[in-house]
Amino acid sequence: MSDKITAGHVHMSGCTGCEVAIADNYAGLLTLLDKYVDWVYDLTLADVRHIPEMDVALVEGSVCINDKISVEEIRQTREKSKIVVALGSCACYGNITRFCRGGQQNQPQHEAFLPIGDIIDVDVYLPGCGPSPQLIKNVCVAAYLLLKGSDDQKALAEAYLKPLMMLSKRGTEACFCDLMYDVIDQGLCIGCGACAAACPVRAITHEYGKPQGQRDLCIKCGACYNQCPRSWFSFDVVNQYESIMETIDAAMAP
Amino acid sequence: MVQDNFLGNYSSCVAARSTNRAILAGSQDGGIVTQLFAFALEEGIIDGAIVAGPGDEPWRPRPMVATSVAELYAARGTKYNISPNVSFIKEATRSYGLDRVGIVGTPCQMQAVRKGQLYPVGLRDVPDKIALAIGIFCMENFPYQSIVQLVEDHANTKLENVTKLDIGKGKFWVYTERGAVVQLPLKITHKYEQPGCHVCLDYVANLADISTGSVGTPDGWSTVFVRSKKGTDIWSKAMAAGCFETKPIEEVKPGIELVTKLATEKITKNRKTIEERSSFGVGKGLRNPYI
Ligand SMILES: Cc1cc2nc3c(=O)[nH]c(=O)nc-3n(C[C@H](O)[C@H](O)[C@H](O)COP(=O)(O)OP(=O)(O)OC[C@H]3O[C@@H](n4cnc5c(N)ncnc54)[C@H](O)[C@@H]3O)c2cc1C
Ligand code: SF4
Ligand code: SF4
Ligand code: SF4
Repeated sequence: MSDKITAGHVHMSGCTGCEVAIADNYAGLLTLLDKYVDWVYDLTLADVRHIPEMDVALVEGSVCINDKISVEEIRQTREKSKIVVALGSCACYGNITRFCRGGQQNQPQHEAFLPIGDIIDVDVYLPGCGPSPQLIKNVCVAAYLLLKGSDDQKALAEAYLKPLMMLSKRGTEACFCDLMYDVIDQGLCIGCGACAAACPVRAITHEYGKPQGQRDLCIKCGACYNQCPRSWFSFDVVNQYESIMETIDAAMAP
Repeated sequence: MVQDNFLGNYSSCVAARSTNRAILAGSQDGGIVTQLFAFALEEGIIDGAIVAGPGDEPWRPRPMVATSVAELYAARGTKYNISPNVSFIKEATRSYGLDRVGIVGTPCQMQAVRKGQLYPVGLRDVPDKIALAIGIFCMENFPYQSIVQLVEDHANTKLENVTKLDIGKGKFWVYTERGAVVQLPLKITHKYEQPGCHVCLDYVANLADISTGSVGTPDGWSTVFVRSKKGTDIWSKAMAAGCFETKPIEEVKPGIELVTKLATEKITKNRKTIEERSSFGVGKGLRNPYI
């Protein structure tokens, strides 16, 4: 027990899709809970009212700055957690909640939503709308190895998490435009197609090999940018893909 | 396992060609890619493969999920312009319902696949479904419009009459239906290359399960690097099934030395380009994607 890390799910303004993505690890979730993680906070699953101290807080959703409780809870989350992970694109980038104008029942005055990184410091980004169960699994195992693993495992976990830590410092905005600013306009695009594959709303097509975004469709999730091999790419990590995947699979064996 | 700074990790390297004449008839080199996918499809190792199929214009590829040997055959041969094969990697597991996906691509596309498996931001349920990733060697790629200009303007040939395009022995070759062969020196083609290729640090698809190209072996043969555990397993099954004729790479000319030479040249040159990009402007540089 004492070897486990403590973690919880903090629900800001999100659709619960991120939480469902955690659960979509099915048996893997049970292995995680069994071996690595004490799940100490989760409005949907655990009967705990107030945010406790925890090693890792997975925050879903953006922060409604018109809602005092949300603002208080995100502050407490920062104060009480060693590592804050922005889980999913709303927490990282605002995503679909960027488009809110208020007027909804039963809190029509709730109209302004910000990614959590605009309110608190965030340590790790885990973007995606919804984030994939596999990325959640990889990050959870890496976080465990970072906190409790052997020296070798720590080094591997640190290398794996580094790009996701860098993302949390890069900023809270995301759009198809990121590919234009940081990849295409910089002469780096190689027409691989990863961006189009990643887009959850099929806003990206390839015209003569190069990505075109229908920016009216874009929900600002950041999946295309982060999936692109020319946005950020770590040879240190990816060259070891086989052994990293084996390490994670071994860790997840029931 | 050999670990090489330029050629990557591999368990073996051989000269090979398919034993199937029908495959060889339309393949670029030794028919390695088509033969491997056809074997994997028949054995149930993959349910389908993402390949560069025929597109709307001559020699313009369109990524295609091939689920039959006939479709694999239709996609044989190198199209020297961009085929965003990775764009189908999620779709293959969704609309096409594949549980075991094959994909062929350039080294950069293999990088996208492996990054996608480790960091599946927008690739839900995809990472565990990549059953066979075949990489093809790649010095550079071209936009479609560059190929139009090279073939129609420089080689003075109508694209629809072209039966094969090839880059080899320091030249760009255009073969036509009527038997004509036009060759262009590569100093003409260089300026038409896709700019993103100039920061590429991989020549022989180091991240593929199996990678292959023409360089290193005689005409009609291919150089093959067998890399990952998956690749090693599938290659040995295909060998046991008689899919390939092979020769030790040490026994063919020009051999692995030429592969090493070209890989070293490409990567050294492109590292320099990355370096130059960092001071591209006045006190300002261009982005380096590698962290
Ligand atoms: C842009 C490019 C540059 C290349 N540069 C080199 C080089 O410098 N040195 C070298 O040795 N080899 C190079 N090759 C690889 C070589 O031309 C052959 O593709 C390779 O040897 C495979 O031949 P094969 O007979 O085994 O495959 P085949 O059985 O002919 O099958 C080839 C497979 O590749 C797919 N394909 C074709 N064009 C593309 C494309 N543009 N993008 C993704 N997939 C595609 C086809 O759909 C098919 O499935 C390059 C290939 C490409 C596409
Ligand atoms: S993922 Fe990046 S490199 Fe690949 S096509 Fe899209 S923008 Fe270009
Ligand atoms: S283009 Fe698609 S993947 Fe990219 S940010 Fe917009 S919605 Fe997300
Ligand atoms: S040279 Fe590199 S970046 Fe360009 S197509 Fe080939 S593998 Fe991709």
